[in-house]
This record gives sequence, structure tokens and C-alpha cells, in this order.
Amino acid sequence: MTTTTTEPTTGSTEPAGEATPARKRRSGGGGLGSYVLIRFLLIFPTIFILVTTVFFLMRATGDPITAALGGRLPADQLAERIREAGYDRPLFAQYLDYLGNLLQGDFGTTLSDRRPVSEVLTTFGAATLELSVYALVVAFIIGIPLGMIAAYFRDRTPDALLRVFAILCYATPVFFAGLLLKLIFSVWLDWLPVAGRASTIAEIQLQRVDNPTGIALIDAIQTGDGEVVSDVLQHAVLPSVALGLLTAGVFLRLVRTNVIGTLGTGYVEAARSRGVAESRLLRKHAYRPALIPIITVIGLQIALLLVGAVLTETTFEWRGLGFQLSQYLQARDFVAVQGIVALLAVIVAVTNFIVDVIAALIDPRVRY
Amino acid sequence: MATAVPTPEQTGRRRSWRRLPVVHQLRQSVGLQRGMLIAGLVLMGLFVVTAVFAPLLAPYEYGQLRDAQGSFGAQQPPSAEHWLGTTVGGYDVLSRVIWGSRTALYVIVIAVLLSIVLGVLLGLVSGYFGGWLDRVLVVIADAVYAFPTLLLAIVVAIVISGGQSRLWGGIFAAAISITVVFIPQYFRVVRAETVRIKAEAFVESAKVIGASNRRIMTRHVLRNATRTLPLILTLNASEAILTLAGLGFLGFGIQPTAAAEWGYDLNRSLSDVSSGIWWTSVFPGAAIVLTVLGLTLVGESLNDLADPRLRTRRRAADVPEDEVEDAPAGTPEVSAVPGGTLSGPDGIGAPHTGGTRA
Repeated sequence: MTTTTTEPTTGSTEPAGEATPARKRRSGGGGLGSYVLIRFLLIFPTIFILVTTVFFLMRATGDPITAALGGRLPADQLAERIREAGYDRPLFAQYLDYLGNLLQGDFGTTLSDRRPVSEVLTTFGAATLELSVYALVVAFIIGIPLGMIAAYFRDRTPDALLRVFAILCYATPVFFAGLLLKLIFSVWLDWLPVAGRASTIAEIQLQRVDNPTGIALIDAIQTGDGEVVSDVLQHAVLPSVALGLLTAGVFLRLVRTNVIGTLGTGYVEAARSRGVAESRLLRKHAYRPALIPIITVIGLQIALLLVGAVLTETTFEWRGLGFQLSQYLQARDFVAVQGIVALLAVIVAVTNFIVDVIAALIDPRVRY
Repeated sequence: MATAVPTPEQTGRRRSWRRLPVVHQLRQSVGLQRGMLIAGLVLMGLFVVTAVFAPLLAPYEYGQLRDAQGSFGAQQPPSAEHWLGTTVGGYDVLSRVIWGSRTALYVIVIAVLLSIVLGVLLGLVSGYFGGWLDRVLVVIADAVYAFPTLLLAIVVAIVISGGQSRLWGGIFAAAISITVVFIPQYFRVVRAETVRIKAEAFVESAKVIGASNRRIMTRHVLRNATRTLPLILTLNASEAILTLAGLGFLGFGIQPTAAAEWGYDLNRSLSDVSSGIWWTSVFPGAAIVLTVLGLTLVGESLNDLADPRLRTRRRAADVPEDEVEDAPAGTPEVSAVPGGTLSGPDGIGAPHTGGTRA
């Protein structure tokens, strides 16, 4: 194997391997259009690999019916159920069926309550989306200003405190943060509700809305009742903060690092030599370019946020996808688990694509 | 140990122990960064000591429900017999917190060892030989890397233990599921480094001499490709603890009679919180936070010390080149500055003096 060393050594920064086909076709780096196209096509192998991995891993243990009902049904009934569901057929045939169904948007039917997984998504997805958006807002409000402050006071006491705060944010498991918030603000201070998305009375009013979106805040506004809106908002505070703090720590650190980086660049130095005030340098010069990396990092945060949402929803009985996932886990309904995991794989892949495209629109250097 | 291969970085080193990962950074650090690194090392040390000496430190066994005086009783507040109270299941909280560190340590060690060995091996082979194998591995690694850790861990935990487990089954379920997620990280780093180092002159000269691929890979490439590993290692160890706790919290942990696990205890304390019982959740949670905090402090310090932009220097800071280009945000600023500051003959040459706006 005497491979020459003239191969492009670009692998270090960009997702390598994916870069080569594009480069071969058009030298000198393609335009935005071809970047978006290639990036879009790459979604499919990603989803395919994940779905395949999950499928074969889940089947490695045996069929889901035995897992869910084994020991509760007599052996012959169990065998009958397995045959009905087609789990006695060759694994590869099942796999092809599964892929075919996926292509049609069919993620399977849950065993415990016999609902299509895609229906679980439409019922509970909105709640998870709502929670994630709130959490992102909290993360921005907390993370970005604090990151700038930390950069401004670099290596002095405020910086030290803020950095410890940032580390604490992601050293604390989101469910423990949730438990603490609950303990302090709901139980001891009695300021905010303990769990759920709305109190029972508000819940009833929410169900009467004509076109329910599933997003509690929008539905509450539709009722036109101020008390329902404030009830819904009160319920959202603690889960959003618990989940938002997790991401806020990441943002804080990122903003700090990048602002320190840009504060040392030539154009900031030039502005400084013109006599621009240090605080103004921070606000006007160093701040904006330091935000670009955040947009790219949000892509990675989506995955973290989803995991966080699963745990936060379980802590606060926030009836979203994550709460439902943990319910199915408890019920040992692995068809539902597999379906939801596959679904989340699609969501992660698609959001990553969107974030990458936004990053490419903002920063012309991002190209294959 | 380092006499055989005179790679560029290694020549001229005198005392090799000073170049050991953490020792080197400790000597290099100053001020605040040194404080953070030391604080992290102390917390890590505490964690390891607790884990190793758990049988001596813990007043009771992790699964003990009664002693000579009878049953402990459930949800007892902290007292002289039970310093941190008892759980809803009637276990001693202090004992379970202490024993929990041992479970966490097992998982970290197994997960990190497995993922380093596999990730480094795959990265090395993939980066060195290239070709279709490399392409396939990169796409797979990227796919797995983008996926939420905990979800993959759930799937793997189902596979390994069917979701319920005794001590080693549970530990391996957690460790292997974490490994699966971490392999891509080591893989990416080592592969990228390998691709870079492969092009270096010393590798080529080794080839000319006729060294075998295996020798080049282990002697020349691997030694140089593993520089960043201590950093990833500490960060992954902390993520391993969080994943283990997350699995436990979702009910995929280790049964309380088999071992103590912080995440499981937190899951059981969920209902206690609403009735104001705080001791069952605060202590295992604090144990997780302190352990992860220690590991992260070490990891962050190593990261900062490795990055010349972030490293606090002993001497005057010389500003390094940065890849961020001149941004448009700088241009409108010119008009905002009152003209006076730059107009004088001394204005341009003078060092910056902070705010000069009238």
C-alpha cells in the first residue's frame, strides 16, 4: 500500500469525505446552490444509517411482542400475536418492509395503545416544539449577554464567576435542575405550579378551542381569556428555565471565546487605536462576528435540546414527545420507542440541514 | 520511553514527566486558570477516592434496609443514624450516594477505555489508508455523531439488558451505549490528525526506509495524533456520568439491590419533591454535579491552555492572528468617532487610552 500523500488533507475542519465528490465535479468550490443541494442529499444517508442501526439493534434482542407481553400471555397466544404481526418472518424481509413503510411516512404502530407513531408526533410534537423554543429563548437571553460580560472582564472576578456558572449549567443534569427549581419555586416558595402544561380548569378551556394547534400558548390566546394565558405561561416557566440553562451554559462559553477572539483582531485593534471606548468596541465591533459560530453551534444544540426535552418533560410531566417516549419505555413498548427514535433522527437530520444552510447564507466561506 | 523516535516535537525534551499531559498544563497555567485546573483535579480526586474506598466510607450497604435496631423506615429526614436521611425505598441516602460513585467510576473507566481503543484504532486505519472504507466510516461516524446521545444509549441499553439489569449487566449496558456514542468523537479527531500527519516529511522518510505500515502507524502517526485526547477524555467522562444518570432517570438504570446509581435515585425522588422531601434528591444530584464539575473544570482548563487565544500568558500577551476577517460591523464605527481623536499629529501613534468621546 504505497498511497501517495497528495490526497487533499482537508479532513480536519469540514465533514470530510463528503467534500470530495463535489470538488471533483466543479473545481474552485461550487456556489451556494450546489452546496444546498449536496447538503440536502446528505440527509438521506444519515437517516438511512440511523434507522438501519436502530432497527437491527432493536431486533437483535428478539421480537417486541415478547418484550412487551412475555410472561403475561400463555406461550401459544404469544406465538399467535407474533405471527399476526409478522415478526416470525426473515429479518431482512421485515427490514425491507420497515424501510418501505418509512418511505410512506409510516413509523409503525405502538403496541400498548395501538396508535400510529406519526399520530403520536402530531399530538405531542407541538408541546415539545413549544418547550424547545422557550428554552432557546431563555438560553439566548441568559447566555449571550453573560458571555459578553465574561469576555469584557476576561480573567477577572466576574469572568471567573460566570465561567463557573456556565460549567455548572451543563454539569447539572437537566432533570436535577428541574427538581431543584421545582423544590424552590413550587414547593417552598409556592410561586409556580409543580408540573403539567396547564391547570385543570385552563385545560378544559384549552380543549374547547376551535382549531387547537397543540401549542398551549397559542391555544390560550385563542380562548381570549387572560387568566388562561397567564396560567399557561406560569406552567411554562420552570421547564423552560431548566432546559434553557443547559444551553445557556454552552452559549455563554461560546460567546466568551469568540468575543475574546474577535477583540484581538486587527480591525478591533484599529478601532481601539482610534480611541473607541472599550465597551463600545465590545458592543459594536466584536459582538456581531462572534455570533456567527453560534448559529452553526445551534445545529449541534438541537440534539442536546431534544435529549434535554425528553428528560425535562419527564420531570415536569410536560406532555410532549419526550414524556410519551418515557411512558412507552416504562411500558416496554419497543415498537413505539423505535418509531419515536427514528422520527427524532429525521427531525435532527432536517434541522441540521436547515441550520447548515442558514450558516452558509450568512458566512460565504461555508462551502463544500 | 521516548528515546526511540526523534519526531520534531520530541527532540530537545529534557524531563519527560514535565511533559505528561496534566502535569505539563499545570506548570504552564497561571492565575485563574491554574485555580480552575486545581479545583477540578481536587474534585476528581475526591470522586475517585470515594469510589475506591466506598466500603470503608459508607455507613451501610447500598441495598441495606435494616440494621440491628430494625428497619430504617422510608423517607426519614436526616438524623444522627442517617446523616442524609432515607429514601422512599427505605435505603440510607448517604450510603447510596457514596456507593453511587463506585458505579459511576466503573462506567467511566469501561466506557472511556472501550471508546478510546476502538475510536483511535478506527480513526488511525481510516485516516491512514483512506479509500472507500474511509468514506463509509466517515459518513457513519457523522450520522451517529449528530444523533442525541441519550436516545442511542436507550436503544443500546434495551439491546444489552432489555432495559432492566443487575450490577454488571447495567454497568456494561450504560458503558457500551456511551461507547457507541463516543467512538465517532475519537474517530473524527484521530482521523483528522492522521490525515494531517500522514503528509509530514518524517512519515515519508519512514516509508522510504521501508518501515511497515503498522510500524509507521504505531510509531510515527499514533504518537502524534493523540495530543488532544486528554481533553476529549475528561469531557467524555463527564458526559458518561450524565448519560448514565439520564438512563437511570428514565428507569433504565441498575436495580437498587444490585448497585447504587444516582440517576435511579433521582428518578425515585421525583414524587418526593412535590411533598417537600428534599434530601432524597438534593444529595445524589449534588454528587452528579460535583463529579461532572470536576471533570469539566479539568477539561475546560486543558482546552484553554491548548488554545493560544485563550491561554493566559505569563508575559505580555501577543495577539495571535485570527481567522475572523474584518467584519462590516467595523466600518460604520468610523463616523461615530468624534473627529478630534485622530486629527492631532500625536493621535495616530499614541496607544489606545480608552473612551475619548466628548
